Amino acid sequence: MAPRAIANADCPSKARGAAPIDDPSPRACFRAAPAASGPRVLPRDPRILQIVLLGMLLAAGAYLRDFSLHPAQIALTFAAAFAAQRLLDRLTRKSAPSLRSAAITALSLTLLLRADNLWAMPAAAALAIASKFALCVDRKHLFNPANFGIVAALALLPGTWISAGQWGSDVTLAGWMIVAGMTVANRARRADMSLSFLLFYLGALAARVAWLGQRWNVWTHQLTSGALLLFAFFMISDPMTTPDDARGRVVHAAVVAAIAYAWGFGLFRTNALLWALFVSAPLVALWDAIWPAPRFDWTPARPRAKTQGGIDGRNGIRNPDAAAA
Amino acid sequence: MVAMESAIRTQPQPDLRAHAAIARASVAPLFGLVAAALLIFCNPPQAQAFCGFYVGRADTQLYNHASQVVMARDGDRTVLSLMNDYEGEPSEFALVIPVPTVLQQGQIHIGNRELFQRIDSYSAPRLVEYYDPSPCPLPMSEMMQRSANMAAVAGMADTVAKAAAKALGVSIEAQYTVGEYDIVILSARQSDGLETWLVRNGYKIPPGLAPALAPYIRQGMKFFVARVNLKERQRTGLSYLRPIQFAFESPKFMLPLRLGMVNAKGPQDLIVYVLTREGRVETTDYRTVKMPSGMDVPEFVQGEFGRFYTAAFDQQVKRDEMRTVITEYVWNMGWCDPCAAPPLSREELRGLGVFWLDENNPDGPRPPVPMIRPQPPTGAQPFPLPAPGPLQAILTRLHVRYSAATFPEDLVFQQTQDQENFQARYVIRHPWTGSPQACAAAPQYFAELHRRRRTEAATLADLTGWDLAGVLRQAGLQPGDGPQPWWHRLWDTGAD
Repeated sequence: MAPRAIANADCPSKARGAAPIDDPSPRACFRAAPAASGPRVLPRDPRILQIVLLGMLLAAGAYLRDFSLHPAQIALTFAAAFAAQRLLDRLTRKSAPSLRSAAITALSLTLLLRADNLWAMPAAAALAIASKFALCVDRKHLFNPANFGIVAALALLPGTWISAGQWGSDVTLAGWMIVAGMTVANRARRADMSLSFLLFYLGALAARVAWLGQRWNVWTHQLTSGALLLFAFFMISDPMTTPDDARGRVVHAAVVAAIAYAWGFGLFRTNALLWALFVSAPLVALWDAIWPAPRFDWTPARPRAKTQGGIDGRNGIRNPDAAAA
Repeated sequence: MVAMESAIRTQPQPDLRAHAAIARASVAPLFGLVAAALLIFCNPPQAQAFCGFYVGRADTQLYNHASQVVMARDGDRTVLSLMNDYEGEPSEFALVIPVPTVLQQGQIHIGNRELFQRIDSYSAPRLVEYYDPSPCPLPMSEMMQRSANMAAVAGMADTVAKAAAKALGVSIEAQYTVGEYDIVILSARQSDGLETWLVRNGYKIPPGLAPALAPYIRQGMKFFVARVNLKERQRTGLSYLRPIQFAFESPKFMLPLRLGMVNAKGPQDLIVYVLTREGRVETTDYRTVKMPSGMDVPEFVQGEFGRFYTAAFDQQVKRDEMRTVITEYVWNMGWCDPCAAPPLSREELRGLGVFWLDENNPDGPRPPVPMIRPQPPTGAQPFPLPAPGPLQAILTRLHVRYSAATFPEDLVFQQTQDQENFQARYVIRHPWTGSPQACAAAPQYFAELHRRRRTEAATLADLTGWDLAGVLRQAGLQPGDGPQPWWHRLWDTGAD
């Protein structure tokens, strides 16, 4: 259900100096021109595509699905996210500040979080952005910011809730979400995370349907849930908070799916996907320790240092941009 | 046209279809198990009038076979009340409800049928009327109000053979008589065995029930089975069956639909009244939408509000392809505005299972406070807040029309923190009855009135799917009086 709020490497960097410059990620395909070099023409940064798609979903939701969302809430959420990002960028003297991740976080929150007041959503946005700077493990933020913002809002802020059923289960909508989601996840090289999560989670649901002797349209109804697809393609696939190595991602996807299943069908609690992602987040550091791999970076600036081209040895994904570079 | 005075006219009247062979009800999972409930009414009786207030006689044609369930939920505690609108032979009545655990006798209670009518009337879709003020100085106004009722019945009895039950893999866990019902709590290993047991023991259940029972058996649930004890029923002296209520504790907040669809011949209607402490309730596995509300409709709707709302609901269901749960009312139980019926008192709410209201009141229940809002006198500000103000009880009225194809899963609910009030409310505006020659402003008023009536007719046609020409005719307009294209007035090409 939610967009992944992707963030730049906002965690204070210790050993390596100011953020992404010397990131040795082999996924240099995402490396766009340095922020200082002027406007980018084609969005190498997958966040731009994500912003566009999430914006379309928000517009579709607001106009076609009658989201209970006030325009003022949207405006305030964006304002709070941008303000927090700018402020914290300045405080941490970030070298190449960008508001793209903050925009994605704000979009995610407006897509998912609902509030009966005007202040809770912007507060959640500010908390989400702050979490990127404050909660870091090894220069990587611990929580997907939107996920953190939502969970913090549900737990701490009065008058907030998530309308998990707001998208319904519609085959057409599901088709569009899969296409859009795969495009973004693929661009961010995290389609493996999305697909393995769906495989595990839907597999568990299918097993349950078979065991209970329910009809299979129960499963197809679950499969086409807009909330599930949004989560799978726009939140869990956030490259900044997923394990760096493909093996870690698959294992993490299994863990999230297992927790979500237990949460929803064992404990019968709501918002299982969001809570599962949140509580399993600390494990990412473990997977990264077991299977170390180069860190992801959205806009890796100049591809100097150990940037590799060609085939990414770990996941076999060809890295055309890096090769071109 | 500014509305000045208001008089309220309400009409509940949800619905519709007569073919409900099964009315289902609900759930109660304990200990993390799935819980569900279902009411099985065999040989669906002829439908009859729904409780509610109709303005016109046409309402007798409105069948109401919507199942009604009241859920009061706070934390993991749920009190579920199932309305029995069964009217067939008492011997044909059977109620089968999957429950997560063996319910103690004390957890089962016989409820008060009138409370269902009360909560229905209170939350029903409503028509309100306003009177145009005179465009010349003095306003005029008046008010109205109404009400009505309904009824139901049934009964039957039997005993159980434990040994035979065992042979079928069915165990009788508990057995008791509560009110006019003989109740048996069963556990089963096989759905076929359970079905056979029910048939052998005279419960006329719909064929094909076994596959629908299977998932609940798999989850280790028990089955609450009730039928009417004729002797006890005579003792009650009532001509109808009273609602059954259960109190249980379970994290699961859901209502089963699957069992109810076993022998359904078409879409079924279910109205769920959910009472919670903090906010509106919605479903998490289906879209929950709000009924279009607040529109101005032609005056003639006053005479057939039942037919109007039925059509409008049908149209909404059609637009959503029968895939949504429709919210008809969300309001704090302490007041209403306008009131279709007075809010329920604390005692009435307790009767419907709202157990938390007096929790923080060490002196025990407060004396009932009259909550009927006095009608505003002519010219007064309409809709003052009733005296007691908000309660810690919010009512959400959800109306679902479902079929096996569009609602494959049971309904799963969640309480949101949304406290915004909502009601399905439609407005008629009575025109000023003065003369066009009354004053200089009068002709302008009548020109505007004519435009407004055309717009109202178009709104009505859109809301209900009715033919616009017919609506215009009924509204006393010419078929050519449909909404004019925007350029009509620009060029002034014809009579307005």
